[in-house]
Amino acid sequence: MPDSIVELQNVTKVYTLGSNEIYALNGVSLSIKKGDFVTIMGPSGSGKSTLLNMVGCLDLPGEGIVRINGTDVSTLSDDELTTLRRDNIGFIFQQFNLIQTLTAIENVEMPMIFNRMDADARRKKALSLFKQSNLEVEYADHRPNELSGGQQQRVAIARALANDPPIILADEPTGNLDTKTGESIMALLGDLNSKGTTVIVVTHDPRLAEYSNTAIRLQDGEIYHGSGEKNQ
Amino acid sequence: MDLVKRISSNMYVELAKRNLKRHAFRTILAAIGIIIGVIAISSMGILGNSLKLSVSGSLGDVGNEIVLYPAYGETVITEKQVDDLSKVGDIEYIIPLLSSAARAEYKDEETFTNVYGIERDDLYPLVELEDGHFLRSGSKDCVVGASLADDLDLELGSRLTVQDSQLRVVGILKESGFGFAIDPDRATFITPEAYEKLFDDEEDGYNTVIVKVKDLDDVETVAESIEERLNKKEETVTVLVTGTILESIDEIFNSISLFLMGIGSISLLVAGVSILNVMLMSTMERTKEIGIMKAVGASRNEILKMFMLEALFLGIAASLIGGVLSFGGGFLVNILILDDASYLFAPSSILYIVAGVMFGIITSLAGGMYPAWKASNMRPLDALRYE
Ligand SMILES: Nc1ncnc2c1ncn2[C@@H]1O[C@H](COP(=O)(O)OP(=O)(O)OP(=O)(O)O)[C@@H](O)[C@H]1O
Ligand SMILES: [Mg+2]
Repeated sequence: MPDSIVELQNVTKVYTLGSNEIYALNGVSLSIKKGDFVTIMGPSGSGKSTLLNMVGCLDLPGEGIVRINGTDVSTLSDDELTTLRRDNIGFIFQQFNLIQTLTAIENVEMPMIFNRMDADARRKKALSLFKQSNLEVEYADHRPNELSGGQQQRVAIARALANDPPIILADEPTGNLDTKTGESIMALLGDLNSKGTTVIVVTHDPRLAEYSNTAIRLQDGEIYHGSGEKNQ
Repeated sequence: MDLVKRISSNMYVELAKRNLKRHAFRTILAAIGIIIGVIAISSMGILGNSLKLSVSGSLGDVGNEIVLYPAYGETVITEKQVDDLSKVGDIEYIIPLLSSAARAEYKDEETFTNVYGIERDDLYPLVELEDGHFLRSGSKDCVVGASLADDLDLELGSRLTVQDSQLRVVGILKESGFGFAIDPDRATFITPEAYEKLFDDEEDGYNTVIVKVKDLDDVETVAESIEERLNKKEETVTVLVTGTILESIDEIFNSISLFLMGIGSISLLVAGVSILNVMLMSTMERTKEIGIMKAVGASRNEILKMFMLEALFLGIAASLIGGVLSFGGGFLVNILILDDASYLFAPSSILYIVAGVMFGIITSLAGGMYPAWKASNMRPLDALRYE
């Protein structure tokens, strides 16, 4: 148990819409080890994003326990959760979610600003992340709306890596990209994983599951097909 | 230098500038509100201040003397009361005065003058001569004030007609400005004997007594001693300390300035609400951005800082512009209302502009506070979902 970086115990999340109770997550338990590459799959509305947001500490469980690096997140204040996210988790979103008023490189620098890194070190790190994410340095000063989808997602990946987080979370990172670009993004995530980063990816595309060593299937807020090792 | 460089390269500063530029038109509108508010406050303050300066400028050197009048219900201050006065300590001069308003004529001109019956020796501490000499006792001579001499074109030796008697002008006074006890500029000073002849139906006693104290610091205590001695049983004389009158005039005009600034600040209040509105719109539009920042590690303080910085920049820029334009606004109201803009650059006027600018900045910060607080407290997931 101590070597699991993410641990969920009996996590339940209920949304109440009028008199209707929707179990977005219903008693989900799982354990993810350091260095795992996990894919989460399942039909639309099965609770994949909800699960990922729990792991990313963007959302807190209604019931059950979420532990990141052994810390029970329900004991943390808003700002402590923010610090935990800043230091441990890199997010990659389907919509890229870059800040439009900042240039590509500034977007990458942003998490380092929140981490109070000084300007020179920040810029140097951002440039090296650019390379690592297969981005041409000449795009550094472009605004997000001047970049292609694939380029934007690479910027988002560079941003996710800014504070060297041990965990990368990606919610359908290839959903808005063509197959070929999607594959190169997945290859990039695979690369990161091979260097030791724990990667958790929500995806609809079964082919992308090939990059992972663990696949979780969700159905109606419950884990459907175990979280056992995949035969490969 | 290092600090300037650090501030200008600070990403928060940069972000604030870009966000203000992103909606330049809206920013300008909000800024105009603040600019108008600052101009309104400063020029109203300047107007009040100029009013005060122009009034206290037209007051002569009133100094700090004690003036006694007959109390309500009494007609004169009696010889006996003046005798009693002289028993009060720390007094330098006691100057009893007879006075009446009368018509003065010279050649074809005529006007009104205040005629004072006064001993020759008492005139020295009271007024300054421009030309000629003081009264000889018992004579039918007179000494006239500057404005009166000006109005009637009096010269030394002119024969001035007052109350159908002819007086010879032997002295003309320096201009001194309006005073509380007497108004020397429009005065005709004559000897008490001449005065008795001119106004023979007067009762025995004086209309006014001016008391000058040895040490100005004692003026209040002397006034109290006088009250005690003369008004022991009943109020027979009214005791005024001119310095206190000045103080209350000062107070009145400070209140007027405040009141005028209050009127001006209404427009600043409106400007504050428009800042609130603009910033609130901006936080709504940037909800998703706030969510992203929180997701990647921005604390509540950092979000708060970003939005307050925007309000601060907007406030500083607009208020400074308003401060500069306030000179124009102050000039305009002074010309329109006072017909005189010479008090515009008085240090105390500048102070009102500084106050206006400060108010402008504070208002912007106050207007930005709620939106910034609201932004900083957004829950990251809700913010991320926001479209
Ligand atoms: N804020 C919310 N309010 C109410 N219901 C919600 C909310 N967020 C999610 N849900 C519900 O919870 C369930 C799980 O949603 P979730 O977003 O996790 O699904 P998903 O598996 O990510 O779907 P998709 O593949 O379409 O992204 C859905 O039924 C959804 O309607
Ligand atoms: Mg989803």
